[in-house]
This record gives sequence, structure tokens and C-alpha cells, in this order.
Amino acid sequence: MQNTILICMGTSGISAGAENVAKNFEIELKNRNLREKYKIVRTGDRGLFRDVLVDIITPELGRITYEYIKPEHVPQIVEEHLIKNKPVAKLQAGDDYKQFFAKQQRIVLSNCGEIDPENIEDYIKHDGYKALSKALGMAPDEIIQEIELSGLRGRGGAGFSTGLKWRYCRSPKSDIKYVVCNADEGDPGAFMDRSVLEGDPHAVIEGMAIAGHAIGAQEGFIYCRAEYPLAIKRLEIAISQSKTKGFLGNNILGSKFSFDIKIKQGAGAFVCGEETALLASIEGHAGRPKPRPPFPAQKGLWDKPTLINNVETLANIRHIIMKGSKWFASIGTEKSKGTKVFALAGKVKNTGLAEVPMGTTIRELIFGPGGGMSKRGAKLKAVQIGGPSGGCLPDSLADTPIDYESITKTGAIMGSGGMIVMDESTCMVDIAKFFLNFTVEESCGKCVPCRIGLKRMLEIIEKIAKGEGKKEHMDFLYEASNTIKNTSLCGLGQTAPNPVLTTLKYFHDEYEAHILEKRCPAHVCVDLIKFEVDKEKCIKCGQCYKACPVDAINWEKGEYAAIDKDKCIKCKACIEVCPVGGIE
Amino acid sequence: MGTDLFEIEKIIKKYRKEKGALIPLLQNIQSVFGYIPRESVELISKELSIYPVEIYEILTFYAQFHLTPRGKHTIKVCQGTACHVMGGKELLDFIENKLKIKEGETTKDNLFSLERVACLGCCGMAPVIVIDDNFYGRCKIQEIAQLLQKYREVK
Repeated sequence: MQNTILICMGTSGISAGAENVAKNFEIELKNRNLREKYKIVRTGDRGLFRDVLVDIITPELGRITYEYIKPEHVPQIVEEHLIKNKPVAKLQAGDDYKQFFAKQQRIVLSNCGEIDPENIEDYIKHDGYKALSKALGMAPDEIIQEIELSGLRGRGGAGFSTGLKWRYCRSPKSDIKYVVCNADEGDPGAFMDRSVLEGDPHAVIEGMAIAGHAIGAQEGFIYCRAEYPLAIKRLEIAISQSKTKGFLGNNILGSKFSFDIKIKQGAGAFVCGEETALLASIEGHAGRPKPRPPFPAQKGLWDKPTLINNVETLANIRHIIMKGSKWFASIGTEKSKGTKVFALAGKVKNTGLAEVPMGTTIRELIFGPGGGMSKRGAKLKAVQIGGPSGGCLPDSLADTPIDYESITKTGAIMGSGGMIVMDESTCMVDIAKFFLNFTVEESCGKCVPCRIGLKRMLEIIEKIAKGEGKKEHMDFLYEASNTIKNTSLCGLGQTAPNPVLTTLKYFHDEYEAHILEKRCPAHVCVDLIKFEVDKEKCIKCGQCYKACPVDAINWEKGEYAAIDKDKCIKCKACIEVCPVGGIE
Repeated sequence: MGTDLFEIEKIIKKYRKEKGALIPLLQNIQSVFGYIPRESVELISKELSIYPVEIYEILTFYAQFHLTPRGKHTIKVCQGTACHVMGGKELLDFIENKLKIKEGETTKDNLFSLERVACLGCCGMAPVIVIDDNFYGRCKIQEIAQLLQKYREVK
């Protein structure tokens, strides 16, 4: 075993200062003439947000993980761990770290945080491009059959059978076909595709090349959000390295198959995650969806048959080719096979990416890898799943198994796998308003129900949040939602009312509190908060005084706090810190 | 200040033969100038035989493009779901209040431009703001004033 130091350096690791930690290791080792003895590997993020994660692998101590590492910790780690063989106990990753990874089954994320994404040799050492080599020895129909039998379904949201999609793209006769990787991860709250691209870009490239061979395409495009600069940079490096090594380009690995990949950057439009809009954007137009049929498999990019798969879907391919469809189909439930990566965020203790077998329940995910609620004593109120197309599920549905059908039954959708955990301090009317705001902003404006209907719904919800709601507003929201669902052109519009419908269904009383009692139970909607100190509750602690960013709170030791309404900007910093809920 | 037309011409030349090149071409111009100067639209129109209205359609459809010069520092406040739940809206309101501009605008002294972004994909560190290329995770409203001051002092 070679002495190795792994440093997690995806976007989150880097923003927490990982580069300085890595540099300090280099300097420290050089100063002690140990630089040759250790290999420093800059990996992508492993999935758990722990600022800077560092793993040290030595024959003497095996593998030890440190969390929240700062540059100033490095000399101590080198001195004690590397020289004296005594791990620095107080910096070691704790039980939360172990719990986060214990119940996961990492297939898509297996290389993330383990290999250097900018070094193709590292990927090859981890069985990289073996699947491509194997696939080139298989007949295209044989490959497609394997993917079909595996039961893999699209991980971008809709859950269509990947094998079937490949078959549809295989059948049309055409000299030119395209493979497009949808890396326009626009769902707020989902970041698994970014992590895969930053941590294991070759897996996606390999998946695309196999798909290209299977359907008979010569060219591929990766459509990646411009908001992901590091992912784009690492993809560029990976593509150029695979060309040098002959995994991309003409006559790949001596076969007759030639395939090349280009990157197209998005320009900030959520709707471009919809496949026909995405193709329009690659062609250089405004990304507006087109009616289907014709489907992209028949008439896609520049009217040629085009296969569109999402990042996570493509990252599964090499594993299916290597280990077989039977192995893959043995994971998960009857109709949803394999694993799914979830992005846990919000009011949960461990935030990050967790990959679990399909069929795991929402509760198992939140209280297993997630480690439970972030605030001690806080109760799980709702889980938002599936982004702006999904819905808010209450605690009573937390035992729903995660598979495409069960989630759809609740009124949410699997979506790309964003999972935002909410406690009692989150207002459901506000969440519905938030998503409507988002979809109104991102509606491309092509069809009327989405463009105008969502806007009318937003106006009504804004009224409710201001305390100007009427009882009949709820009926309007139901009616408008159903019309928009049934008549919008594309998936964005058809699913945009889901956050409203699910909150109306599961949190009806909260809407009523806003409308009938003019009260926001979660103290979120600012127009329903008086911003007055309740002297019966105030314990004169002065926390609010310290928290106020605009000095609008008067307080002296032993006195009640008082809010100066002329200065107050209603930022709620005081409400956040008040230990007794003493601000009305 | 005049725009360097020669520079724009050089960029257009790079994309002349590429299929579907309009968006990358505009992105390239923006990366050089920080925004899309009016003169560049006229030049692209002439060089590539595209009507200006078609170029403006792209420029106004996609959130990424700016038609006015940007401030010295760009502040992006993430408004994704996780950031929203963790207080991202309050951060944005506070910065708007502090800088006396709305999202999408630039301060009078040209020091700061303020933008909202749908999601930066760093939900685990919510709420997140990004100033230039630096990410600030788990941001607190109380820290903003000091942070802005730091950028004011950068020469």
C-alpha cells in the first residue's frame, strides 16, 4: 500500500480552504524531506459537508479520516500521524461521519472523494474504461439488452427506461446521431451531478462513449450549467486526457468506432433541463420546449436522432456493463432498480450526498445518513422532494419507500433527488410561494397556462402571505393548478403546481391560519409578524440586541428589549436567536 | 470609453464556422468585457448575417447575459431551496438594503453588482453567497457588513 494523503477538493472543499491545506501538506512534507514518501491526491468531494476532509492511508495505521481541517492543523498531523504514527484523535472524523456513510451503497459515487479527477491514470487504476473496452467487443443490441434488463431508469426526474430510450435511438437509420449528456442540473436543492462531474468526470465520458457505440452515434455533447465552472474545467481536462489515451477520437481502442465529445455551457435558464429546450439551446437558440412527438430519439439535435441521458444515469452505465444486468437488478425494488443519490440539505444534521438503494424510506434516509434534525429537539415537519416539480411531504408520509411509483403516488415526484428537510420554523405557504416565484421567473413564456396561470397563482399566494387572503383563494389555487397541469406544453409547466397542491393537501391548516387568523404559525411571513417584544416571554437576555444588524433593538442589562420600528428592516435575525420565542 | 472593436472581431472569427455558436460567442464576449457592449451586437449581426433582434432574444432570454457594465465585484446570493429555508432571502434583502440597490443592479460607485442565482449546488453549506469567485457558506446576516467592507478595501 502506498502512503497516500487524500484531500477532498470539490467546490465545497475548495470554498472551505482545501487548497491551502493541500499546499501546507506539500510544504510541511518538503521541509521534513518526506515529500517523496507520500502521494498527495486532490479528489472531488466525498459527499458529506465537513469543510475540509483529509484521509491519510499508511501501512502502519490503515486509513484514517480527519474532518474540519484547517491549514494550521497540518504540522501537527504530519508530526504526530506521519512521523510518530499516532493519529491526532481530536481531529478525527466522529460518529456522525461514520453514520453518514454506514447505510449507503455507493455505486455512482464510488470514486468521488477517492480518486484524482484530473488524472486519468487514477481512474484507470480504479477499473476505468474497462467497461468501454468490454462494450466494444459486444454487439450494440447486446449492450442495449443488458441496459434494458438491468431496469435502469432515467435519474433526471421522469424515470423513463434507459434501455428502451437507447433502443428507440438505435432503430432510426441515420448517418449522423448524437449522444447528449444533460448536465444542466437546475433543480434548486440538487447537486449530485455537479459532484459526479467534479469527482469522477471520466465515468460520465465512459458512459457516453458506450451509449454512442450502442446507438451508432459519432458525436456527443455535454450540456453543463455555467454555474458549475469547476465541473466544466474538470470535464475539459478529462476529455483531452481520454483523447490522448485513445478512449475518445477515431477508432477507439483499435475498433471501428469513433466518438468525440464537446462541452456546451448553459447560460442560466432552468427550462433548458427539459430535453427539447436543451437541444434548442445547443443549437444556439433561446431554450424553448417543443411539442413531442417527434421525440428527440427520432428528430433531435439538428433534426438527427439524439439520445439524451442525465449525468447520474450515464455514471451507472459502466458498472452495469462490468457487473452485469442481474447484479444491478438485484438492488432496489421491483420496478425501481439500483441506487439513487439524494442531496440532503436544510434542517438536517448531516448535509450532503447520500447514495442508497431504491426502496429505502424517506425516514431511513433522514435519520440514517442524515443523522436526524439539525436543531436539538426540532421535529420533522416536512420534506421537500423533487425540486420545483416535486412536493412537500409531511412527517406522516416519511415512511414512504423511495421508488418512482411510491413517490409519485404522494403527489411529489422523485425528480433529480433533491431532499430539503424542514422543521417547525419553515412556513409551508412561504415554500409554495418560493417555488411559484421560481417557476414564474423560469417559465419560458411559450405557452399560456404556464406563463399566465403560474403568475396568477403567485399573486394569490402573495396575498395569502400578506394576510389579505380569502377563503375562496384556496379553491382558485386548486382549480388553476389542475388546469396548468393538464394544459401546459412541457414538463416544467405540467409539474409546476405540485408544490402548491401538496402543501394545500398536507398542510391545509397552515393556509387557514394565514387566511382566517392572519397568522403565520412558523413566524416566517414578515407581513404577519408585528416585530414587537412580548414582555411576558422576554427573559431580558439581550440576544436579539446582539443579533440585530441595524441596531434597531434597544436593550440594557436587566431590561426588556424593545424594537425601534423605524429602524427595523424585518430581517428576522432577532426571531432566529430569541431562545423563548418572545418576538411577535 | 470606446469598446475595442478589434477584440470583438477576433472573437467572432473564432466561432465563425462552428454550428450553434451564437451562445458560446456571446459568452466569450462577456467573459472579456464583463457585459455585452451594444457595438458587439451590431458587429455580430453584420459579420454572421443574423438580425440584431435574434441576438437580443438570446441576450434577454438567458439570465447569464448583462447589457450594462458590471461593478468591480459581483455578489451572487443563492436563492435555492436549501438557502431559502436557511435564510437566503433575508440575506438578499439585507444586502439590497445595505447597498441601496436591487438585485440585478450596480452601486453608483461601480463597486458592487448584486445578483440572485437560482441554485449554486452547494446546498450543504446553505445559505451561500459568492463574491467574485469566493464562496461564503453558512453565511450570517451579522457578518455581511464586515465582508462587504473587506471588498471595499481591495484595491
